[in-house]
Amino acid sequence: MTDALAAVPRSPWRDARVRLLRNRAAVVAIFVLGAIAAACILVPSFAQWPLDEVDWSSIQAPPSAEHLLGTDGNGRDLLVRIFYGGRISLTLGLAATLVAVVIGVAWGATAGYVGGAVDGLMMRAVDVLYALPFMFFVILLMVFFGRDVVLMFVALGAVSWLDMARIVRGQTLTLKRREFVRAAHAMGARPIAVVARHIVPNLLGPVAVFATLTVPRVILFESLLSFLGLGVQEPMTSWGVLISEGARAMETSPWMLLFPAAILAATLFALNFIGDGLRDALDPRDH
Amino acid sequence: MLSYTLRRLAGAVPTVFVIVTIAFFMIRLAPGGPFDQERSVPPEIQANLARAYHLDEPLGQQYLRYLGDILQGDFGPSFRYKDFTVNELLADGFPVSLQLGLAAMTIAVIVGFAAGAYAALRRNSAIDIATMSLAMTGIAVPNFVVAPLLTLILGVWLALLPVGGWGGLSHAVLPVVALALPEIAFVARLTRGSMLEVLRADFVRTARAKGLSERAMVVRHALQAAALPVLSFLGPTTAAVITGSIVIEQIFGIPGIGRYFVQGALNRDYTLVMGVVIFYAVIIIALNLLVDLLYPLFDPRVRHD
Repeated sequence: MTDALAAVPRSPWRDARVRLLRNRAAVVAIFVLGAIAAACILVPSFAQWPLDEVDWSSIQAPPSAEHLLGTDGNGRDLLVRIFYGGRISLTLGLAATLVAVVIGVAWGATAGYVGGAVDGLMMRAVDVLYALPFMFFVILLMVFFGRDVVLMFVALGAVSWLDMARIVRGQTLTLKRREFVRAAHAMGARPIAVVARHIVPNLLGPVAVFATLTVPRVILFESLLSFLGLGVQEPMTSWGVLISEGARAMETSPWMLLFPAAILAATLFALNFIGDGLRDALDPRDH
Repeated sequence: MLSYTLRRLAGAVPTVFVIVTIAFFMIRLAPGGPFDQERSVPPEIQANLARAYHLDEPLGQQYLRYLGDILQGDFGPSFRYKDFTVNELLADGFPVSLQLGLAAMTIAVIVGFAAGAYAALRRNSAIDIATMSLAMTGIAVPNFVVAPLLTLILGVWLALLPVGGWGGLSHAVLPVVALALPEIAFVARLTRGSMLEVLRADFVRTARAKGLSERAMVVRHALQAAALPVLSFLGPTTAAVITGSIVIEQIFGIPGIGRYFVQGALNRDYTLVMGVVIFYAVIIIALNLLVDLLYPLFDPRVRHD
């Protein structure tokens, strides 16, 4: 180790960032995701064609200078619809993941920290829920209580927190025995303060990794529901809706399937690579 | 062993009970009923319909009645497919779904295991990188995207295979492949990871040290040990295949349980939908249990005492 390197202050987070930036796949993935997110924000606002404006001169038209990615069966610009759908898909992915993280961290940290019978009961509940075929329940929920976007993200978040709770509980069990937690106790900190100030901040690594991997799962799930016609409804759109429309029209207009499918795949790829990269960066044991 | 089995069975009962309960109340509390779409039905007929299906009883009584019927293996009459019981519909659709799922599972395990093991043995080679990139694609690209793309290329452009329906072997190729692809990818990644670990293990070093050829070492020792994690993931993989088949059956118009489920959900066919949910939940729980019970046969270190 040279003096120059030794002079740089090193924290675990800094180390992790260095490791992440050295991972070429993860860096490319971050740029790809950033570009898609930026396009989702900007394109629908500044595009020449509004979301639902019908261009009567080009119904279900292939890509052209006027409509870069072609139009759909109603003569609506596909580029605008893809990135508008991206807004919905990405927002849903993030929002549901947030719900999952909040519930999962609270549940897991409480179970792990309190321990004993409470822990046993709380984790038993997680085990029971784990065995449920959730996909079916979310479908039922969407069918019976209306195809509402807010309901959908609550439902998706509510079914995604189980893994989070398990991971957090395991980490909490280890953290609980560490010296700094005992020291906090010795100094008279209340249990809630110990959990909030000392346990949860030390959970951030695994939580961040898991959250990154939850986002693509939620997006996938949302697309699947929308694909079946049970998710996002017209006039709103999402990647699942577009792919489903594209699949129906693919024999005559393959671009309607290919472009939304490519964007969805690119996003899922990027999120998976970022998740893997984060895991490698935050978990140096593998190296 | 026996006590472990009994304990696990006892653990499965509350799970099934929770599933039945949630499904029942969720569906009954939802707005709208199964007979809403029949327009201008006189109130007397409405009442008769409700009475025939016991919808006029208090909710608690309906729930107890349903629990009792389920215990006898009776899922009741379908609300939509007149003259059919849910049991008949399940019996009708299940063989199709089972064929589809079994074929996909078999292909997923064989191809995924072979690809993963091979990639691990040739670590960091071009083949390894290609296999793992493909596996990443399989995981990132969902089957409802793969299925139409495969149909577009093989069914429409090249016209090699039928694009839908269910009949001969040629009808099964596209749906089975589309259903198997994500699981192949999953099994391949899992196998590669466990194989890499196994290749570093002491017993592999011993096998090499005693002069066993690389091939004999792999075939006799490494593959067996690398298969263990795959085995323990058979339960979740089955669940994933079952879930996937809902979409695949819908896309290809295959008359299996998955399609009954989606149709039932859209038609508010209460009994059918609950029948499917409970039926599949029991299958998934039973398979998980079976895998756990069989596990010690393959890994003598694990004992259920």
